[in-house]
Formats: sequence, C-alpha cells, structure tokens
Amino acid sequence: MKHTLAVLVENKPGVLARVAGLFSRRGFNIDSLTVGVTEKPDISRMTIVVSGDDRILEQVTKQLNKLIDVIKVSDLAPEESVNRELALIKVSVDPDTRSEVMQIVDVFRAKIVDVGAKSLIVEVTGDESKINAMEELLRQFGIRELVRTGMVSMTRGIKVVQTEK
Amino acid sequence: MPEKMTGAKALVESLRREKVDVMFGYPGGAVLPIYDELYDCEIEHILVRHEQAAAHAADGYARATGRVGVCMATSGPGATNLVTGIATAYMDSVPIVALTGQVPRSLIGYDAFQEANITGITLPITKHNYLVREAKEIPRVVKEAFHIASTGRPGPVLIDLPKDTQTEMIEFDYPAEVKLRGYKPTFAGNEQQIKKAASEILRAERPVIYAGGGVIISGASTELLELAEALLAPVTTTLMGIGSFPTAHPLSLGMLGMHGTRYANYAVQECDLLISVGARFDDRVTGKIAAFAPGAKIMHIDVDPAEISKNVRVDVPIVGDAKRVLKSLVKYIRAGQRKSTTEWNKKVETWKKEFPLGYKKDGLKPQFVVESFCDVCPDAIIVTEVGQNQMWAAQFFKYTKPRTFISSGGLGTMGYGFPASIGVKVGKPDSVVVDIAGDGSFQMNSQELATVVQNDIPVIAAILNNGFLGMVRQWQELFFERRYSSTCIEGSVDFVKLAEAYGALGLRATKPEDVKDVIEEAVSSGRPTVIDFVVEREENVSPMVPAGAAINEIMNLE
Ligand SMILES: Cc1ncc(C[n+]2csc(CCOP(=O)(O)OP(=O)(O)O)c2C)c(N)n1
Ligand SMILES: [Mg+2]
Repeated sequence: MKHTLAVLVENKPGVLARVAGLFSRRGFNIDSLTVGVTEKPDISRMTIVVSGDDRILEQVTKQLNKLIDVIKVSDLAPEESVNRELALIKVSVDPDTRSEVMQIVDVFRAKIVDVGAKSLIVEVTGDESKINAMEELLRQFGIRELVRTGMVSMTRGIKVVQTEK
Repeated sequence: MPEKMTGAKALVESLRREKVDVMFGYPGGAVLPIYDELYDCEIEHILVRHEQAAAHAADGYARATGRVGVCMATSGPGATNLVTGIATAYMDSVPIVALTGQVPRSLIGYDAFQEANITGITLPITKHNYLVREAKEIPRVVKEAFHIASTGRPGPVLIDLPKDTQTEMIEFDYPAEVKLRGYKPTFAGNEQQIKKAASEILRAERPVIYAGGGVIISGASTELLELAEALLAPVTTTLMGIGSFPTAHPLSLGMLGMHGTRYANYAVQECDLLISVGARFDDRVTGKIAAFAPGAKIMHIDVDPAEISKNVRVDVPIVGDAKRVLKSLVKYIRAGQRKSTTEWNKKVETWKKEFPLGYKKDGLKPQFVVESFCDVCPDAIIVTEVGQNQMWAAQFFKYTKPRTFISSGGLGTMGYGFPASIGVKVGKPDSVVVDIAGDGSFQMNSQELATVVQNDIPVIAAILNNGFLGMVRQWQELFFERRYSSTCIEGSVDFVKLAEAYGALGLRATKPEDVKDVIEEAVSSGRPTVIDFVVEREENVSPMVPAGAAINEIMNLE
C-alpha cells in the first residue's frame, strides 16, 4: 500500500539528511521524495511516497514527528488530493518518426520544450500513471534520457496542511 | 545594552545560565578558545584521559543526579572518541550535552586537519545536534540543547562549534525561553485514556506491572509503589528500571527477561494484564516476541509515542509522563472496586518460594562479592560494566532507591562503568560509589585511574576477575561446545600493581573470608580503590533464557 506524506520542516541546512537518514536507518522504503520551500520562506515541504502497511506507516509518522526540525506530518488520502509529477523525456527522432511523436505529445497534452536534429525533449505533467503511460508509448522511438521530479501532492478543497503540530 | 563578548565566552556564559557547575573533557586545537575561558571561570572542568570517558562521566553524572551532564572534546579524533559515549546515552535516554570543536567555517568540507563531520556521524545517535554557523546563535543553541536533552524522552544533544565562531565577537543576549515549533513533548496523559485504563486494570485478575527506566527518569517511584500497593500487583523491572521499586518489597519480582528471575518471567507469561510503565519491550526482555505474555492485554504508558506498538501490539496506550499518568491512574483506581487477586498473589508467592535466585557456595563466588557489598554498604550507588558482572550486580544487590543502579543497558558498552562512576561520584559526593566490573571491561577504560587520582575522586572499582570475557565464554560454553575462542584473558595485568602505579589503593581478595575486610578497607580508606576479587573462573549467570526462546523457557545454570 502506498502512502503520500506531506511533511513540513524547518527550512534549514541538514534537514533533508535527517529525514533521509531516518528512512534508511529504520529500514523504511522511500518511493519518491521531493522538497521545496513553501509560502512561508522558513518552512519547506517534503512530499514523501512510502510503501508499507499501516503499522509501518504509523512508525514512519511517529519517527518523523520525533525529529526536532519536523513541524507537521500529514498522510494525504489519494482520493482527496491532487497528485502531480513532471517528467522530461529525451526521445530519438528522425524525419519519419518526428510527426508521430508530436501526435502522441498532443494527445497527452504534453509539451515539446526542445527540438534537435535527432531528438526532442518532451515535458509531461500528471499523476504517476499518466507519466508511466507516456514513457511506455515513447519507448518504441528510443528514450535517450528520462528525468522525473517525484510526486507533489495537495489536498483538494479549502483544507490545508497546517504548521501547528 | 547587551554585553559584547567572544563566542567562547558566550558559550561558557550560556552554560552558567544553565547552572552547569561541572563538565568533563579533553582539550585540543579546535577548542582552545573555550578552554581559555574555562581557565578562570567557576565551572569545574575534570580532565579525563580519553574522550570516551568524558562522555560516560557526563552520562553517569546525569543518571545519578537527574541533571544534564556536559562533556567536551576537540574536533576530529576528540569528537569521534565521544561517539561510543553518546550512543550509550542515546540508547538509555540519558540527558547529556556534548560540545565539540570544529575546524574553522572556511575549511569545513575540505578535509582539513582534524576535521570530522561529527554532526553527520552522530545524526542517528543524538536526539538532536547542531553545527553552529554564526557565533550569535550560540546562546539560543545552548538554551535549546539543554531543553531538548532534558525534556520529553531525554537524550544526548551535540553542539559542534567551528573554531572561528569561538573567537567572533557577539552581543550576548540569553533567550528567556525556547521556541521550537517542531518539539512539543506530551506530558499529561489523555484523561479519557487513563480512565479507560483504570477500568481495564480494575477488571484484571492477574495483573503484573512491568517498570522500565522511564519510571526513574520521570521520578515516578512513589507513584509506582502506590499503584502496586493499591492493586496488590507484583512488579518486575527491566535492567534500566532497577531501583524504581524496592527489591526487597513483598510485591517485587526483581528483573525479567534473559537473566531475569524465574518468577518474574512466569508471572509475565501468565498474567492477564501487563501494565508497562516507561519500558520499551526490548528483545532482551521479551524473548521470542510472538510468545510474549500470550494471554495478556497490554497497557503501555510512555512519554515517547513512537514506542507505543513498536515491538508489541498495545491494547491500551497512554502517551505521557509516567509520574503524571500514574498519579491520576491511582486516583481512579482508589475510587473503584478492584477484582480479587488473592489466587494470583498466592501463585506468584509459590513461584518465588520455589525458584529463588541462588548460587552454589563453593570457592570465591562473584555473586557473594556483590552480596557482601550489599551488606557492607547497602546505600552505595552501584555502577556496572557489561557482561556477567553486570547481571550479578543486577541480581544480587538489594536496591531501595532510584538512581542507585547505573548501567549501560541498551548499548551494553564495556568500559562504561569506571568512567561513569567518576561522574556519579562527582554528582553524589556523599555516596559510596562502586563500579562492579569485569576484568575485560575494566581494561577498556582503566586509564581513568589517573583521572580519579589526580582529582581525588574516591570511587571503588570492584573487579570480578574471572580471567575471561565471561559472558561471551558462557555463550561459548552453552552454544559453541566450550570452544573458548578469544575469550581467555587470564594474566592480563596485576590489578593491584596497576592501581598502585597510578597512586590508587590496590586490594585483593582470593577467599570468601577476605571479602568483607577488603570492602570495609576500601570504603573507609576514602581513596580511589581497585579491588581484585579473584573469583571462580567458569561461574555462569543463571537463570538464562536462550536468545530467541520464549521467556518461560528457562535454563537453570546454578
Ligand atoms: C565495547 C564492547 N565490546 C564487546 C562487547 C561484547 N561483550 C559483551 S560481555 C563481554 C565480556 C565482558 O568481559 P568482562 O568485562 O571480563 O566481564 P565478565 O562477563 O567476565 O563478568 C563482551 C566481550 C561489549 N559488550 N562491549
Ligand atoms: Mg571477566
């Protein structure tokens, strides 16, 4: 079972190492981890996707809360949140395949952000399954390079992840 | 107008504000400015002979007094030498603040001379740590460090101070309070949960209380006694919980687990309610976890929410400080009507009569040495090393008060006891302080004889000298066909001469008849003393639950 945690942390050096270290030390697996500053410059937000049963999730949450620099940990329910990831995919093209790739990009409402003689860079945003599907379809042309940001997630509606622990 | 001063002076001033009166340390290049400040300041600095000892001494001071212990080392090797001591304190939730020097900020990351990334190294063994980036942070960081170390579930905090922050000038302004939005330990238990727990307890027919180090940390011994007596519930403690409940009390079951009493383990296995207070279901306690307390509901009172349901499934959790939770629990219990436990108390009594702790009295037995200390100085603070000596000290001394049994439980650090006893004696100068030691463990930090002699710290190192790394030998005897691979250390050193070489008193006992005399001589001498008790070489710690077995699968090795 996958869980998406929104973790508000102090925006200070070393905090990422504390969080990542905790996961490896306690044997928890991270599927993806992203971090960036929030609307408050002194607070960063991590989105951590972990897999594990409820017992593991409980331990992860409690151990995270024990870190002094962690301000708040929330488990975001998938059906109530917007999940997004961005990928850049460099695809090989030649005069014959170029238009076919562009069609796929169109259908996916993705973007071509760089055009070279023998390659294109495709930018695609969406949830995990959309990006996987895009990757699958482009594979036949030859993917030269692929980079994904990891997931970010936000609860739908007026509810927010607050800093009060 | 805030006063202008250097970072080093600000550090020392901050320590004074935290009411530090003694610290343990060892100097070096990266802490020279701090040592210069200490030269004429009222904080006493005890110079050890190895930084590991500074950390253990700070730890012993903290365990004996309940206050924060402070140790200091230089950058690089000084800092890494503290690591074992910090890890020891971390595993047993001991509040210490470790100060380390660091190379100047401009050199950090360049593999400078005596640079070690000590905040990185200690990340998993500190409750929190700091790398000071600007001198003006020093007062706030010190304030936070002492607060974090001593509140909630206590633990070590390290502050790494680059040398140039020690000489930078700042305006000293000590904060009145800490502001940590990410750190708010829960002290009061949830009242509804406590009520629910009380009604659960009143329904129990075979209750057992399982008390850990948390009871001592929280100062909850009185409340524990009240709970036990209100319920007539037997009480067993972990190694860390020794002293939280008087060993000689009729409801005491002594220690449980691998080398616990038979009756404690039987009682836990057959109880219908296990009330855990400030303990963490360590594998040395539970044995085979799936077979632990099979018929019991489990109640868990702990200040650290992460301990709840970490190792065993808990039926009634209460997060809060043991003292406060027990206080209100007792109130509800006294107001209610409990089930009769007469049958249960009788059964436990029978076990106690049938399976007492004991040993065969032939030759000079290590257990007899421990009992003799109990006879001669019953109010002594007992510190231990690790191994058989530690278990005998746990089993055969009758503890009456908290903070009188001091031992490395979680990490099991050989070499802990002697330097820890330095901190204990400094914190409790009026108590007799005895390190019950093994010949192997003592040699891991025997250089501290120089420290106790130079500073006139009259601790007694009582070496149960069996010429073996005894506990490992015991396992080899039982599980490796007596193949004593690298465990014989006979003839290592003449401990009496070693003591004398340092200027300490050296005594020896080879017969049971000598034991009381040498103990009395050591106590009355008022000098740092080493006693070499030449004990039976292949005595085993009994009873024993083999690793991985259920705790009622007990071997009798008497
Ligand atoms: C630093 C360290 N190294 C190794 C061990 C493993 N160990 C546990 S008990 C023990 C033997 C201790 O020997 P001694 O101090 O003579 O005590 P005895 O068991 O003989 O009483 C050893 C080697 C340890 N606990 N700590
Ligand atoms: Mg030995």
